[in-house]
Amino acid sequence: MQTLWRRQRWWLTPVLLIAPGILLFFTVILLSAVRSVWISFHEWDGFGPMVWIGLGNYIELYSDPQFYVSLKNNLIWLVMFMAAPPIGLAIALLVNQKIRGMRFLKSLFFIPLVLASVTVGVVFTWVYTPEFGLLALIFRAFGAVAPAVLSDEHFVTFAIVIAALWPQITFCMVLYLAGLNNLSEELIGAGRVDGARGWNMLRHIVLPQLTQVTFIAIAVTVVGALRSFDMISVMTAGGPFGSSSVLAYQMYEQSIFSYRFGYGAAIATVLFVIMAVFIAWYLTHIIRSEERGG
Amino acid sequence: MYPRPIPETAIWQRRVYVLAVVIVLLAWLCPLFAIVLTSFRSTADVMGGNLWGWPTEIGVIDNYRAVFTDTPMARYFLNSLTITIPSVIGVLVMSTLAGFVLSRYRFRGNMLIFALFVGGNFLPHQIMMIPVRDLMVQLDLIDTTAALIIFHVAFQTGFATLFMRNFIAALPDELFQAARAEGASPFQTLVHVVIPLVKPALAALAILIFTFVWNDYFWAVVLTVSDSVKPVTAGLANLRGEWVSAWNLISAGTIVVAVPPVVMFFLMQRHFIAGLTMGAVKG
Repeated sequence: MQTLWRRQRWWLTPVLLIAPGILLFFTVILLSAVRSVWISFHEWDGFGPMVWIGLGNYIELYSDPQFYVSLKNNLIWLVMFMAAPPIGLAIALLVNQKIRGMRFLKSLFFIPLVLASVTVGVVFTWVYTPEFGLLALIFRAFGAVAPAVLSDEHFVTFAIVIAALWPQITFCMVLYLAGLNNLSEELIGAGRVDGARGWNMLRHIVLPQLTQVTFIAIAVTVVGALRSFDMISVMTAGGPFGSSSVLAYQMYEQSIFSYRFGYGAAIATVLFVIMAVFIAWYLTHIIRSEERGG
Repeated sequence: MYPRPIPETAIWQRRVYVLAVVIVLLAWLCPLFAIVLTSFRSTADVMGGNLWGWPTEIGVIDNYRAVFTDTPMARYFLNSLTITIPSVIGVLVMSTLAGFVLSRYRFRGNMLIFALFVGGNFLPHQIMMIPVRDLMVQLDLIDTTAALIIFHVAFQTGFATLFMRNFIAALPDELFQAARAEGASPFQTLVHVVIPLVKPALAALAILIFTFVWNDYFWAVVLTVSDSVKPVTAGLANLRGEWVSAWNLISAGTIVVAVPPVVMFFLMQRHFIAGLTMGAVKG
């Protein structure tokens, strides 16, 4: 036994070392994702037996008006979230100076990033509270009355996305600050010699060096937008009348509150397909840069 | 440096610049100040509608005492710790082992396993929700802290493995050749060569995973029901429903939830930023 171990350990040890990670990740995460797709072809209340109904859930989804509201809101999230990388870059450019005290000020800028999204949700619910909130206070200063944004179906999604942008912008800013610290001094110097300044410098010399960072900033922003759930759950619970719901929230609501696990799984699958397209694009990008030895 | 550094001799420019940054910062953190200030208000002021005027009395002690004594917040806080700490340790162990193997052993499928670890990370949580919930029901773990710990370790291992793999891959090859020449077994190499060198990466990961797990809300509401297991995030959402317009108490509760990750961040700031950007920029 002992000699067997001695002889085989060169390959057995690595297998044993990686096994727990693979086992856990593959059974809990990847297998679950696949099982969701399987469940989406069934009618299931979460307790009893599953009944195969083929594409039944998807057909129902196709004519569910709430599905289109959620999809539209997901799109609003995605589009508005694209403001995070440029604003993050702008703040990063603003604070990127080495002056005494700046390190501390910079770290204060980072705070929204470490707050739980529930915290951000509650903070902004307070800001948006009609009559008493910060927004109402600001409107009153201009002699106007702030609309009750969270109970108005036209404003509600925009209000939630603005709240969610707060930590997202911070994330992008952190990434860009790291990127700005890795700029090539030579290229910048050469640009200065050639008389490049301000916008031209940024556009032609700085941004090209930040392509990798921009790619990552956009990637985390897309994922963040598609995953949005916490803020909606905390701020409006999808309301008023489902007008601020997104696919993730509708799915949760259908499964946990209405016990329609099959239907919920179908919504999750749609969300998954949207995300899968994105993941595929992302993975090909990093595998390619891996092969290039980056 | 870009933008061009403000020269040390331009004292006035520097002062104006710092002042401008401070003004932007105040605007940036304005929602946070609002909630901190509100958590100082007395109940009488809040109920009387005096939310922004000069306070008639300071309610800070009453508010925070009420949060801990009149609500299960202390319990939630403890639950959060019993979920977060074992999760962080679990992730660190799993990802160091997996990252070591993926970075130092060439075998068929290595890249595939790595890609699955990375890709799994981008899955929307919702796609796993129903089966994970069902799994925990089957294992009779639903509504326990163990359910959350198992899920968090499994999920975060994906990101953490990407992180550790890249870090270990960047260690000099000579070290591993030397270890092999000395006849060290893979396990000895791991313990005596890798682990001492990856301590900074482990610190960075620990703080990141701590924040991720502490801040999780989705899995908390999916996998837990009772107050005795709920973490602070789900607890806060509950309390908000109960207190309705007692904004001084809600604010105090919010601050309590926010303090641990913010404190961790300030204590280990360099590790946090390094971790976040290394994980992202290298990935």
